[in-house]
Amino acid sequence: MKKPIIATASLAGCFGCHMSFLDIDERILDLVELVHWGKSPINDIKTFEQDCDIALIEGGCCNDEHIHTLRDFRKHCRILVAVGECAIMGGLPAMRNNIPIQECLEEAYLNSPSTAQANPERILPNDAELPALLDKVYPCHEIVKMDYFLPGCPPRADLIYGALTALVTGQEAKLPYEVIKFD
Amino acid sequence: MSETIETSSETITLTIDGQEIQAKAGQTILQAAQKNGIYIPTLCALHASKENGLKSDIAPGTCRICTVRVNGRTMAACTTPVAQDYIVENDTEELNDLRKTIVELLFVEGNHFCPSCEKSGSCDLQALAYRYQMLSPRFHYAFSSREVNAESPKLLFDRNRCILCRRCVLAITTEDGKQLFGFTKRGDKSGIIMDEELVKNISEEQAQQAMHICPVGAIIRKEKGFDTPFGQRKYDHNPIGSETVCTTCNGEKS
Ligand code: SF4
Ligand code: SF4
Ligand code: SF4
Ligand code: FES
Repeated sequence: MKKPIIATASLAGCFGCHMSFLDIDERILDLVELVHWGKSPINDIKTFEQDCDIALIEGGCCNDEHIHTLRDFRKHCRILVAVGECAIMGGLPAMRNNIPIQECLEEAYLNSPSTAQANPERILPNDAELPALLDKVYPCHEIVKMDYFLPGCPPRADLIYGALTALVTGQEAKLPYEVIKFD
Repeated sequence: MSETIETSSETITLTIDGQEIQAKAGQTILQAAQKNGIYIPTLCALHASKENGLKSDIAPGTCRICTVRVNGRTMAACTTPVAQDYIVENDTEELNDLRKTIVELLFVEGNHFCPSCEKSGSCDLQALAYRYQMLSPRFHYAFSSREVNAESPKLLFDRNRCILCRRCVLAITTEDGKQLFGFTKRGDKSGIIMDEELVKNISEEQAQQAMHICPVGAIIRKEKGFDTPFGQRKYDHNPIGSETVCTTCNGEKS
């Protein structure tokens, strides 16, 4: 059987979920036996050279580039896994969802203690290269269909490892009480 | 019918999940279950205990997480009194899925950012989500706009996490019986308001009690944040309900 290919991405996340993934420690060697790596910040492969079987998505969507990336993953990956509270419900970035975007930008770039003095011309970032912020932070499943959800901030390494090996080997994931936590 | 051990007309026999139990007339199904070590999930109902300072049980009947089937009809276990020969279904796949749905709806209706919530690990709503293995709610988040009131010196009131259970309204009063919390508006505008003057003068014990009585992290005692380390919080190791253990089977399910 061909080894399945895994891809990963971090959207509006803090990379904590990727870190937690690396917390599987030496078990990563077992995983290497089982899978190939595709596009991922872990190996710094930036494009889909071929379609992937499983993709781990960290973070929700807070700008148009995230939406683009997520849709691209949906197109090129068979199984999309939302990893962490940010991917599942927007997480901490989504705490801005009830604050008007203008207010957020002003707070961040004009009024906060670290920017009030440093930005005398009161410029809001406006380069055309920058991704456009969305009105809200969107959980991944509101943008594309997601297949699995691994909660936690970040999800426990054991949960990620257990779910991943189950997906790869076609067995049912064991989800002991201690590994499913939302924090 | 079995030979009645108790001859008193006050004793009622019913079955819950096929187990025959005795209850007192006037008790609710929930109270009878609790006395017999049978777990029925609750969010709004609360048994009186030294810990929560309640003198008698409360059952606002607002959350419906305790829904059981009584002689084939769905009823709230916390508000339905026992009656002779009732056949109650409780721990069934169908009811547990219904309960999971209620939990999911509560999650998307408020703004539950567990990683930033001081109640995390000790929250009844979250614990129910763990119990029913909610990996993600199957509904879209409402991201409703809710206020936080941090004016009072001892309590933080975060409406984002309020599930409108009404426990605080019924249970938290001053010594002379004045309510510190009240209900306002109706339907999707419903909310809890607090009497800022009264809450300002709340005692240490009462502040602790208020946090304790709220099943979620809507009422938080200030300056005590995150004082229980990870791994030692109420539901870190055992699911909610595991403290209710049947004395005959010790909680082991066949
Ligand atoms: S879920 Fe937590 S750890 Fe993961 S990206 Fe979001 S904030 Fe970071
Ligand atoms: S109240 Fe409970 S469910 Fe809501 S954010 Fe806090 S811990 Fe999570
Ligand atoms: S503040 Fe807490 S106790 Fe009061 S209604 Fe809301 S959730 Fe219930
Ligand atoms: S516990 Fe019975 S309705 Fe809430």
